[in-house]
Amino acid sequence: MTGRGTRISLAVWSVLVIAFLWIPLAIIALYAFNGSTIQGWPITSWTTHWFSVAWHDPDVRGAFELSVKVGAITTVIALVLGTMAAAAVARYRFFGREAVSFLLVLPLALPGIITAMALVSFFNFAGIQASIWTIVIGHATFCVVVVYNNVVARLRRSSASLIEASQDLGADGWQTFRFVLWPVLSTALVAGGLLAFALSFDEVIVTTFTAGAQQTLPIFILDNIRQGQQLPVINVVAFAVIVITAIPVALAQRVMRDTGVIRRGSAQVTEAVEAAEIAAV
Amino acid sequence: MAADAGVIETGPPIRRARLRLSGFFWRRPWLRAVGLLALPLAVFLVVYVGSLGVLFISSLWTSNSFTSTIEHTWTFANYRTIFSRAGPYLHIAGFTLEMAAVVTLTCAVLAFPLAFFMARLAGKRTRALFFVMVLLPLWSSYLVRLYAWQTILAHNGAINWALNGLGLPDQNLAYTNIAMWIVYTYVWLPFMVLPIYAALERIPDSYLEASADLGARGWRTFRSVILPLALPGVVAGSIFTFALTLGDYITPALIGGTNSDMIGTIVYQNFSTNLPFAAAFAVIPMAIMGAYLLIARRLGAFEAL
Amino acid sequence: MRRIPKRSRVTVVAVAAVTAALALVASGCGGGGGGGGGSTSASSGTTTTIGKGEGSLNVIEWPYYTYKSFAGPFEKQTGCIIHRKDAGTSQEMFALMHANGGGGGGQYDLVSASGDASLRLIDAGDVQPIDINQIPSWKEFLPVFKSPPHNTVDGKHYGVSVQWGPNTLIYNTQNVSPAPTGWDAIYGSKYKGKLTVPNNAIQIADAALYLMQTKPSLGIKDPYELTKDQLTAATQLLISQKPLLKRYWNYAADEIASFKNGDVSMGAGWPYQTLQLQGDKQPVKEIVPLPTTGWADTWMLAAKAPHPNCAMKWMQYVTTPKVEAQQAIVFGETPVNPLACPYMNKIQKGSCAAYHLNEPASYYNKIKFWKTPVPQCGWTTKQTCMDYNAWVQAWAQVTG
Repeated sequence: MTGRGTRISLAVWSVLVIAFLWIPLAIIALYAFNGSTIQGWPITSWTTHWFSVAWHDPDVRGAFELSVKVGAITTVIALVLGTMAAAAVARYRFFGREAVSFLLVLPLALPGIITAMALVSFFNFAGIQASIWTIVIGHATFCVVVVYNNVVARLRRSSASLIEASQDLGADGWQTFRFVLWPVLSTALVAGGLLAFALSFDEVIVTTFTAGAQQTLPIFILDNIRQGQQLPVINVVAFAVIVITAIPVALAQRVMRDTGVIRRGSAQVTEAVEAAEIAAV
Repeated sequence: MAADAGVIETGPPIRRARLRLSGFFWRRPWLRAVGLLALPLAVFLVVYVGSLGVLFISSLWTSNSFTSTIEHTWTFANYRTIFSRAGPYLHIAGFTLEMAAVVTLTCAVLAFPLAFFMARLAGKRTRALFFVMVLLPLWSSYLVRLYAWQTILAHNGAINWALNGLGLPDQNLAYTNIAMWIVYTYVWLPFMVLPIYAALERIPDSYLEASADLGARGWRTFRSVILPLALPGVVAGSIFTFALTLGDYITPALIGGTNSDMIGTIVYQNFSTNLPFAAAFAVIPMAIMGAYLLIARRLGAFEAL
Repeated sequence: MRRIPKRSRVTVVAVAAVTAALALVASGCGGGGGGGGGSTSASSGTTTTIGKGEGSLNVIEWPYYTYKSFAGPFEKQTGCIIHRKDAGTSQEMFALMHANGGGGGGQYDLVSASGDASLRLIDAGDVQPIDINQIPSWKEFLPVFKSPPHNTVDGKHYGVSVQWGPNTLIYNTQNVSPAPTGWDAIYGSKYKGKLTVPNNAIQIADAALYLMQTKPSLGIKDPYELTKDQLTAATQLLISQKPLLKRYWNYAADEIASFKNGDVSMGAGWPYQTLQLQGDKQPVKEIVPLPTTGWADTWMLAAKAPHPNCAMKWMQYVTTPKVEAQQAIVFGETPVNPLACPYMNKIQKGSCAAYHLNEPASYYNKIKFWKTPVPQCGWTTKQTCMDYNAWVQAWAQVTG
């Protein structure tokens, strides 16, 4: 279908865009070794001192741990609430169905500062003091929709008759979920969960408003940027995060590719393969 | 439902109870919908939508100038200040809108060929590699990436260093609106690539075969088959790029120059000491995104998010 | 198919429910630190005795104001473990103190407020007066910081001054020649496109101070108390300055990067930026054209502080000469306690003079420290002055 010339130019374009995405990341990696606390170009003195500083700094560890904790809790909440909402919307017709999608996407579509202001007013009104839970609530508002959309899309592409068939075969609700729905949904959940975690991990605007005396990693970085005396530490931290997350992301991509729907082929083939997968369980 | 009865009556009590419960819900699908939806929706409506409503209402109040307590006197004063032609606020809103639109366009142009290549032309390994390489930048801190761009765009930065090396003159890129445009495009690009990729990936081969069978050559197939099917993905990605640009205040602070105030900047400056005014100004992006979402839904973007 | 036995399933659900319930209760009972005992003095308005430490201290601070390098020994000595909420602007600090019913919401004990927010906190009733005699180091302070108008009202001290900084004129010695002699350097077009000033509404006061000398006909008596006409004049000056600027800087580290990267050659800043750049072998110098504006921070005690003893202990500790010097070098500011001078020089040679700690009293009297703009003009009762909200609107006019 596509000519050779088109193929080559698309390949070149893709490589260039990927390079555009990664050049600043390369700069981050470079400046983790910057001997000066001021980020000027080019680097005149090199050091690994900042790695040791970051490693021994309890604030770095604390912030990283808190971000992971918040991300994990947020992702779980997003998975549960998002799947529930998606199941309701994809399978049933009820009054206000259209509104649900609209409502859920609001926190993502509205600027973070609005979500932050709204939540802070709510917390003040309800007398809820800032804590790790206010951070989680803030993140969960916009992470739910990410899971929701993935699951809805997945459910739309699979047949409702699967559940009927399962029930006809004598499975109760829990068994149906475990043996029929879960294999169908797992890739959508992995994809949604991954994006939700990423959104929560790097979130700074809503977090500055909803956090109390807690420092997530982005807040730690923001403080460092304001202060500037240990600036290369933020490059060390960002570089470390990229390296650390490369593996789970690659693994997750694997999961999505291997156990997911065979993507090419007609819709019927898709259904047939799914039915075969489930029958084999 | 004789067959049901037969199944339910056998087995240990807990299983019978579960089957009975499942049957109960099965016969009343709306109850299941409600049950599934009740928790997330309740949390949402009460916490989020409710507080948005309160925010909107407070935009019609005023703030005591010294103690910053909100005084519940109804007035349109905040809106009058914002929409006054003498003030800077309309200009700031317009500038933000313009920036969001331009960034969205640029992201779409950059992302589409890449997503197309990944979804339809790349081999398995390349696709996996590109997918990871597009996703990973989202994990590196937004702030740190901004700082890297400062170093690249600065007067003595990487770009001018490279240009000078080629004998070309210095470019004045740092702290300009062009710089903001470049940086915004950069940070939101993965958000645009992923939905387009997902949308393109879903197009079955049989569609393209059929199109070819009907006599359409490459470009025609692209225009009439691929593009319409990919459009929801583009619109979905644009929701991200548009919304994220509309409310940001960090990039104007670190990358922008003297004419770079955006809606987020004003809201941030005012929210602690004059919440009603900040809320009033925040209504503008709320209205814009509300309209944008309605259009996006019509174009089918919600299925592609 | 293997089923989980009924009893353990029930147990799992019960444990999960109880855990969830506990988590909810715990989160509702306040974050960021233990509940306080010993809050006997908090409600009486004036803390007369410092009792035993409560084991915890929650502060709202500028980043690094309780940095562990100098706060660590305090935590060990007193057992008061510090929990920090870092704020980016004075307004953020005010909002945090004013939330949840005010007075720190029963959550925060101390706030390191700058002069542009301190009066607002006092007037809103969010902070309480302290007995200044409980802070022995106070007697050693530079006179101008003992009872400054931005934290002492009607003789009552709403906290203790801790550090300060002047607004200075920084310039690149290679690109700017001859060396500037006054603030007029950043209002003229000689270095157009290479200048920078802070992105802060309080910057209007700098313009007003400049107009005080160049246009006395405006009748400006106090750069923080401006009538409508005076505010308009200052705003106009800033608008005419805008085309000369490369950018408005938000963070100190940001201004430093702009200087090093050659984007700006001159601008308003603080001694911190100059010292950092000089430490990095950049060719910069600074002058302090008097009169100039300056900022000064006060540790203020929240009206509903849950740990007032720890708070007072911290105020005692951080104002001693050695700790003042340590904080000054870490953050990049000037102590209010001149006895810190030798300690500063021990940590960083020449820092005492570089941060202008060793000047005569007349020097400090020429610095106009930040004060929250309020509607009541101190110098006249016949006119109203513009309040802070008006200043923010005016600033948006300048930068928008």
